[in-house]
Amino acid sequence: MRGGEAIIESLKNMGVKTIFGYPGGQTIPFYDMLYDADMDHILVRHEQCAAHAADGYARASGRVGVCLATSGPGATNLVTGIATAYMDSSPIVAITGQVPTHLIGNDAFQEADIIGITMPIVKHSYQPKDPDLIPSIVKSSFEIAKSGRPGPVLIDVPKEVQEGDLTKFDDSLIETPGYNPTIKGNIRQIKKARDLIKEAKRPLILAGAGVIISNACCELKKLADTINAPVMTSLLGKGAIDETDDLALGMLGMHGRKVSNDSINESDLLIAIGIRFSDRTTGRLDSFAPDTKIIHIDIDPAEIGKNVDVDLPIVGDARNVLSSLNKVLNDYKVSPDVNKWTDMIKQRKRDLLPRVTYSDVPLKPQSVIKEISEVLTADSILTTDVGQNQMWAAHFYDTQKPRKFISSGGLGTMGFGFPSAIGAKVACPDDPVVSINGDGGFLMVCQELATVKEYDIPVIAVVLENRTLGMVYQWQSLLYNERHSQTLLGNSPDFVKLAESFGVNAVQITKPGETKEALKSAIKDNEAILLDIVVDPDELLPMLPPGAGINEMIGEYKLEKDVN
Amino acid sequence: MDKEYHVISTLVEDKPGVLQKVAGLFNRRGFNIDSITVGVSEVEGLSRMVISVHADEKGLEQVTKQLNKLVDVIKIKDITKNAVKRELCLVKVNIPNEMARAEIMQYTNIFRAKIVDVTEEALMIELTGDAKKINAFISLVEGYGIKKISRTGLTAMARGV
Repeated sequence: MRGGEAIIESLKNMGVKTIFGYPGGQTIPFYDMLYDADMDHILVRHEQCAAHAADGYARASGRVGVCLATSGPGATNLVTGIATAYMDSSPIVAITGQVPTHLIGNDAFQEADIIGITMPIVKHSYQPKDPDLIPSIVKSSFEIAKSGRPGPVLIDVPKEVQEGDLTKFDDSLIETPGYNPTIKGNIRQIKKARDLIKEAKRPLILAGAGVIISNACCELKKLADTINAPVMTSLLGKGAIDETDDLALGMLGMHGRKVSNDSINESDLLIAIGIRFSDRTTGRLDSFAPDTKIIHIDIDPAEIGKNVDVDLPIVGDARNVLSSLNKVLNDYKVSPDVNKWTDMIKQRKRDLLPRVTYSDVPLKPQSVIKEISEVLTADSILTTDVGQNQMWAAHFYDTQKPRKFISSGGLGTMGFGFPSAIGAKVACPDDPVVSINGDGGFLMVCQELATVKEYDIPVIAVVLENRTLGMVYQWQSLLYNERHSQTLLGNSPDFVKLAESFGVNAVQITKPGETKEALKSAIKDNEAILLDIVVDPDELLPMLPPGAGINEMIGEYKLEKDVN
Repeated sequence: MDKEYHVISTLVEDKPGVLQKVAGLFNRRGFNIDSITVGVSEVEGLSRMVISVHADEKGLEQVTKQLNKLVDVIKIKDITKNAVKRELCLVKVNIPNEMARAEIMQYTNIFRAKIVDVTEEALMIELTGDAKKINAFISLVEGYGIKKISRTGLTAMARGV
């Protein structure tokens, strides 16, 4: 067995059926061995999209996603995707070709020090110098990528190692004495949390992506129900709780639901789970829950106290900690104070439901999201790009299940939405996958229309076309005297013709009701399609301006109850 | 925030790139590493790295936690308060005249340093101690003209068991 075959064999042992990649000079040996192998390979049209697809695959399925690129430019094209996965704790394994070992350091053709380049954005990396090491390295990479706080792992394989013969196939895990993620929460801390919960009169729960990653959504729901506490989420926490649940308030943060942003500082206890208190979630730190006691549950000790000072840290896996916490709360009785508080918040939620009903032309993005919501089922997957399109989706779409809302949170990578949807669809072929994009971000990755056509991946790509780079345009409108510097995409392509040139169906939508109909038939047809939806560029999202506190939103927050 | 002097001792796997990762984490926080020394430890395959750095408390806590997350880092400890700290310094001093030669040799004795190379025009002196002692010696011999200084940076070990 040769090195490349050992990679394929090891991936199969890890349960991998599909990899996303793009060949090049230093991976020709690997691709030659792949030619006969029982392994699906999806040829993306840009390496960055291979990384995003692997990321989308991982987020939708909870399994490790795999992407592959050649040395030099292939590897550097993965960097944005790796950084995206790193920021959002997504388990991917990126495999790159490298120039032969004897040429490393010689500035050989297509040589880049990808190990060095990716050092700050990977959880770990390996460069096998001997084919015998490959089985152990692949297995260890999967273990590191998915355990503890997940993240990307890079394997950089010199060309001659791909070609070299193994003397034995030994896939024992590489010893990593410095790597021991804390899974089990300290029971003394958990009992202290119980005591704080018992004292609380106005509790709130803030759930992040950690709840989804650790599959702790049932435990979260149980906790919320037991203590009758409303639940807010971060952007990536969407789906940790069914957002149609009475107790679910929706997203908190810069473009959060008003009910969440208005209520957080009124709470006397915040139970934050699997969340890193990003600046986009908290607003200005000194006015974030200043009088609130905070319990912070996270698997990563480095997140404790990083941004927000907490009263009670619990390091551990969210599911493990929450199930222990639920156990010690078994005799908990909800006090009248808590019931009063939660009833008040529930009423506030109903009063502050954001307006989604419009009949305007050009279409309001809110009404487009509403129509999409009306068609999609709880099992449908929504991926978003970054910018206004992402926030329209995050704010107005109720996610009902975990792993059904996929978005680039930490890095905020434009061009993530469409390729991540490809990965999600490969992971979950039975669930409808809709990707919401803006016209700016979609143009960064539109070549992947070729991929969805080639492999018949029935992704529904929505382009909210407003001919602007909407989020920056909005900031310029609100904060920079409407000086729209370089944010007008005047000469955009005809998206319908663009899709059709790839052989992908497309339809342009301009009127209310059309989105719903187009989406219904797209799901029925089960074919890739692009919905080019023309929306109003001047519809603004309410937002926290830079430096503002969490309850200091600007921009009119229109309410559904004011319709008519 | 006020930056204070810290000495951090870490036990790391003896692998390529570890030094780069550790230095990179300090760099991201804008901390300038005063010195970093690496050598084999009592355990085969593991190295001990001693880092001295000026850093604020909160920033350093974050760097320490991030260091702990590196798969290659086994252990990490701030030993600023209770450690033996030593540095080795080689200094080449001019000999402007015969009297200077005698004086420099006297200083060398007083500081328990060693002369390790002699020519007509210069002496090379090897000196061990904490930074204060080395700085004191250097300022004493500065007047004769220093040709070259090479210092190892700090290594340190916590006192007691």
